[in-house]
Amino acid sequence: MVSSQIIRTLLFVSFSAAALLGQGNLIQSVISKTAGKPNLAVVDFRGTGAAQPLMNTFNGTLYSDLETSGLFTMVSKSFYPLQNPQRPEDLKPTSGQGMALADWAGTPVNANWLAFGYNSVQGGQLVLYGYLYDTSQKTAESAQAIGKRYFGSVDEGGARKVAHEFAADIISKFGGGSLIGSHIYFVRESGRVKEIWQMDYDGQNQKALTHSGSLSIMPAVSNDGSKLAYTSFASGTPKLSILSTEPGRPLRFYNQEASLNATPSFSPDGATVYYSSSASGLPQIYAANLDGTNFRRVSVSKAIQVEPKVNPKGGVIAFVAGPGHQQIYRMNLEGADVERLTNGEGEASNPSWAPDGRLLLFAWTRGYSTGAFNIFLMDPSTREFDQLTSNAGRNENPSWAPDGRHIVFTSNRSGSFQIYSMLADGTQLQRLTSSGVNRSPVWGK
Amino acid sequence: MRMNRTAGTICLAAALAFGVTGCKPKVRITPPTAPIASAANTTDPNAGKLKPAILTFTVEPSSIERGQSATLRWSVSNANAVSIDNGIGEVQGAGTRRITPTESVTYTLTAAGPNGTVSGRTTVNVTGAAPTTNTRTGPTNLTEAVNTMLSDAMFDYDGNTIRADAQQALNKNADALKKIFTDFPTGSVIVEGHCDERGSAEYNLGLGDQRASSAKAYLVQLGVSGDRLKTVSYGKERPQCTEANDDCYQRNRRAHFSAGQ
Repeated sequence: MVSSQIIRTLLFVSFSAAALLGQGNLIQSVISKTAGKPNLAVVDFRGTGAAQPLMNTFNGTLYSDLETSGLFTMVSKSFYPLQNPQRPEDLKPTSGQGMALADWAGTPVNANWLAFGYNSVQGGQLVLYGYLYDTSQKTAESAQAIGKRYFGSVDEGGARKVAHEFAADIISKFGGGSLIGSHIYFVRESGRVKEIWQMDYDGQNQKALTHSGSLSIMPAVSNDGSKLAYTSFASGTPKLSILSTEPGRPLRFYNQEASLNATPSFSPDGATVYYSSSASGLPQIYAANLDGTNFRRVSVSKAIQVEPKVNPKGGVIAFVAGPGHQQIYRMNLEGADVERLTNGEGEASNPSWAPDGRLLLFAWTRGYSTGAFNIFLMDPSTREFDQLTSNAGRNENPSWAPDGRHIVFTSNRSGSFQIYSMLADGTQLQRLTSSGVNRSPVWGK
Repeated sequence: MRMNRTAGTICLAAALAFGVTGCKPKVRITPPTAPIASAANTTDPNAGKLKPAILTFTVEPSSIERGQSATLRWSVSNANAVSIDNGIGEVQGAGTRRITPTESVTYTLTAAGPNGTVSGRTTVNVTGAAPTTNTRTGPTNLTEAVNTMLSDAMFDYDGNTIRADAQQALNKNADALKKIFTDFPTGSVIVEGHCDERGSAEYNLGLGDQRASSAKAYLVQLGVSGDRLKTVSYGKERPQCTEANDDCYQRNRRAHFSAGQ
């Protein structure tokens, strides 16, 4: 909730500024200002015995999670004192060398918060002792905000796990939602074959979920993260497929007779699949039960309609339609009250609702040449929008993270299409894939 | 491509000239090899002397897919002239011969000796229309007929209207399709809708569907059997070129034809 307030505030500020300056890319410059964010120092954790070789992975993961949360100003390590505490008992009332909280609170560090701890191996498990201290407190006892043990396997995966969990606890203290356990699903292209893959939100643990040897494209994830719907060419023509994510296993889905059933998504309760079908001769929006039965036409128009996305709070479907150049529209669940949201400029696609249902991410070529999509953010109630990417290749398929603050999208800024994540304000950009060609990410719980 | 074009034309020409459906997949069930005794044998004045006999005359395997090979194997006794029809001719009294028939065929072996003549038959069944790169058997499949006789219909950006050049292509395709559907009575043809890379993948899937159905509707209007024209949209998932220029964009905005079942 804090997160959406942040964005709301920022939107307000940027729109006001945009009105004055006549441009819309101000969110970035506003949110990336450091004012108001706590300064966080994170010592390099050490490990004993078999934990020691895992510390590069651990420290990298912890720092990255905290930094990309966008909630903190990360204090540069060059300002850190010579000595770093590892255990609470290392802290002394005065030190001057780093073993007193005052050493971290004062200049040049100016940290408001200090994260420290250590890793060891006990009983065949990796054990992280993680601490977060408020440097403004007089005593170590009153300064402790987090003091907790975390357990993982004694390998790189275990080191990442305990780092993610400790980072999530710190982020949670500052109102950030947890990304723990969330996955990004995407399409990896290899020659003429495209398969659905999944990875952790930091790009780790990439694995294929489909093995169609064909085209498996355009994934959507249910709100609870338990199911994926996608478009499959395994039978020759585009049809819908559903699979459960844990473990990855196909579920039955009856496809209604049509040359095309495609671009599926789930209703907020996960019980209904919305999709585009050419059953009437023209791709229109349909809805069906999770197994494909009880299919029904939602919209009636004379234009191609694809990508129906039901608002997480219900009641409204955002979708993409012609005639002419594709634009974003919305309608109610009965297919009535159709309104165009984008203003008719360029081409718009890939609507994605924020978890709280207020803001809509999408890709738009407004202001650029045909096909040059960038990521935009819109408040559909006011039609105000802001642009999150620019001058960095083609950017498409934005999808919100479950925390409502991060987004994931695909971009060919590196030369080939790869998956990137960033904060919704455009900061904290991270490239998550490098192998093959990767597109169409969706972020699920 | 040149080889394919020639081969496809020969196939169709042969099929038309002989009024047969040699390019069509065929499954024929025939009894196992059985030597047939010559009618003369029973009244042979030289009864008691050794008559020619066919010891073996088989084909292995007895059923192949088009483009594959089989082996004829034979041995005869008491014969001084042995021949096999269907272009094989005179052979030794025992031997094998590799054959690659393009359709089901029955071979007749005739063995003649001083004391009579016998003949025997064996049949190889040729099934399926498996695409083959073997140019000797290429002329006989639907894929090559479709690839050589049908051309793409091109579209404007974000459009599915059949423009003038597409009309010309589809008019020719209509005649060709009628011929193809006559030559391959069980064959179907797929109309694929394709798009250039600029629009979104999702919208292009819908647009490709409309391009395919527009092309199909135009052909049906010209009398082509709609039942045997299937449509599929590939959107921008199967581009034939990937350069970011107008020429490549145009080449990808097309209805393309491929062989169905």
